[in-house]
Amino acid sequence: MPSVSVYIPTPYRSLTGGRANVVVDAHTVDEVLTKLIELFPELQERIFNPQGDIHEHLNVFVNEEEIRSLQGKSTPLKEGDQVAIIPAMAGGSNLTPEQVERYSRHILLPEVGGKGQEKLLNSKVLIVGAGGLGSPAALYLAAAGVGTLGLVDFDRVDLSNLQRQILHHGHDVGRLKVDSAREALFDINPEVKVVTYPFALSAANALEVIQPYDLVINGCDNFSTRYLLSDACVLLQKPLVDGSIFRFEGQVTVFLPGQGCYRCLYPAPPPPGSVPSCAEAGVLGVLPGLIGVIQATEALKILLDLGSSLAGKLLFVDALTMTFRQFRIARNPSCPACGDNPEIKELRDYGEEYCLGRPGAGEEGARNLPEAFSQASM
Amino acid sequence: MLPAPSISLDLRGTPCPMNFVRTKLALEDLEAGQVLELLLDPGDPVRNIPRSVKEEGHRVLSVENLGGAFRLLIEKVGE
Repeated sequence: MPSVSVYIPTPYRSLTGGRANVVVDAHTVDEVLTKLIELFPELQERIFNPQGDIHEHLNVFVNEEEIRSLQGKSTPLKEGDQVAIIPAMAGGSNLTPEQVERYSRHILLPEVGGKGQEKLLNSKVLIVGAGGLGSPAALYLAAAGVGTLGLVDFDRVDLSNLQRQILHHGHDVGRLKVDSAREALFDINPEVKVVTYPFALSAANALEVIQPYDLVINGCDNFSTRYLLSDACVLLQKPLVDGSIFRFEGQVTVFLPGQGCYRCLYPAPPPPGSVPSCAEAGVLGVLPGLIGVIQATEALKILLDLGSSLAGKLLFVDALTMTFRQFRIARNPSCPACGDNPEIKELRDYGEEYCLGRPGAGEEGARNLPEAFSQASM
Repeated sequence: MLPAPSISLDLRGTPCPMNFVRTKLALEDLEAGQVLELLLDPGDPVRNIPRSVKEEGHRVLSVENLGGAFRLLIEKVGE
């Protein structure tokens, strides 16, 4: 007997134990509905009227066709067919009572409301790096009800991470960061779907990983991933919320499609040895919290289409003096990635020259920098 | 004569701010010009809800004291 999958819409899931898809064996649509009601008797009156006909406010589809345009309830089925029961909706709120309560402080905001919350629940955000920046960003986005969070990190939790990477706890030392993160996010909001990528982002996998997401948050700690991610977001036309930290200072900006990219801001990485890595330089533990939460704020604003983002602006934070400065930045029309005649049409891995820098990269890197910024001590 | 409500919500026993959360969601479901009927507890709810509803741009058509509860009629304004 053919095995078919039946899609159960949200209003009926309370009657199917929360299941969205049920697989049954059946030759016809009528048999599917009969078996479905055997499994979930309360569906009987939701699907059929007292005369035994399918309610007029319901459409039953086999694959993409409504059964009235096929052979009605006698429509034959074959292995792998997908049956969907779709009721009319008023277009109103689809939030469950628990969601209404959980997200009540969002719903109360005139700029968000039930519609905005539903938008967040249907949004997908990829966070690259489950470390200092990714931790607060992921926790707040999960708490906010962003429906799907993707996390990319190949690394394992180290004791030295716990000073700032608040997704991870003492008992997580030695575990994959994405596993530890998944647990922490589940604890804060079990509704959120967490997709984990326990490997390094590379030219070979970046496009495939990023493609399903609406927006990307960059919480990585090295120049090669930073350029790779920027190039990939340009190619896929995805908004990128970039953040970086060093000792007591941080930078945040937003690259919206067509409005510039990381290469416009910094055409090349610093020369070798000129900038120590975080591991050598140290970082105030709370700083990535500050910067990561700003990144999460920008992400929510973009998803909800609220306010004005940091696109075209570089926010520079100095925690020692607690000064927040904004610098104007612009798309570079001759940018090799996002310019008028882009040279970068596919990704490649930026290995040594980006980790170690390359001769002359420093001068090139200084081009295009806002004047005030190049004077700031990094 | 006041128009007939399209949705009616009994919010007696629902404290602030959840009563307003549910009011907002009900108003989102309505078309402009349609009317929402609320039953509210006296005290904070009947003091707060009409003000919050007006802040969001809707029109409070009537507040009726039923003795022990209040009945509000709200007209949705806007999209």
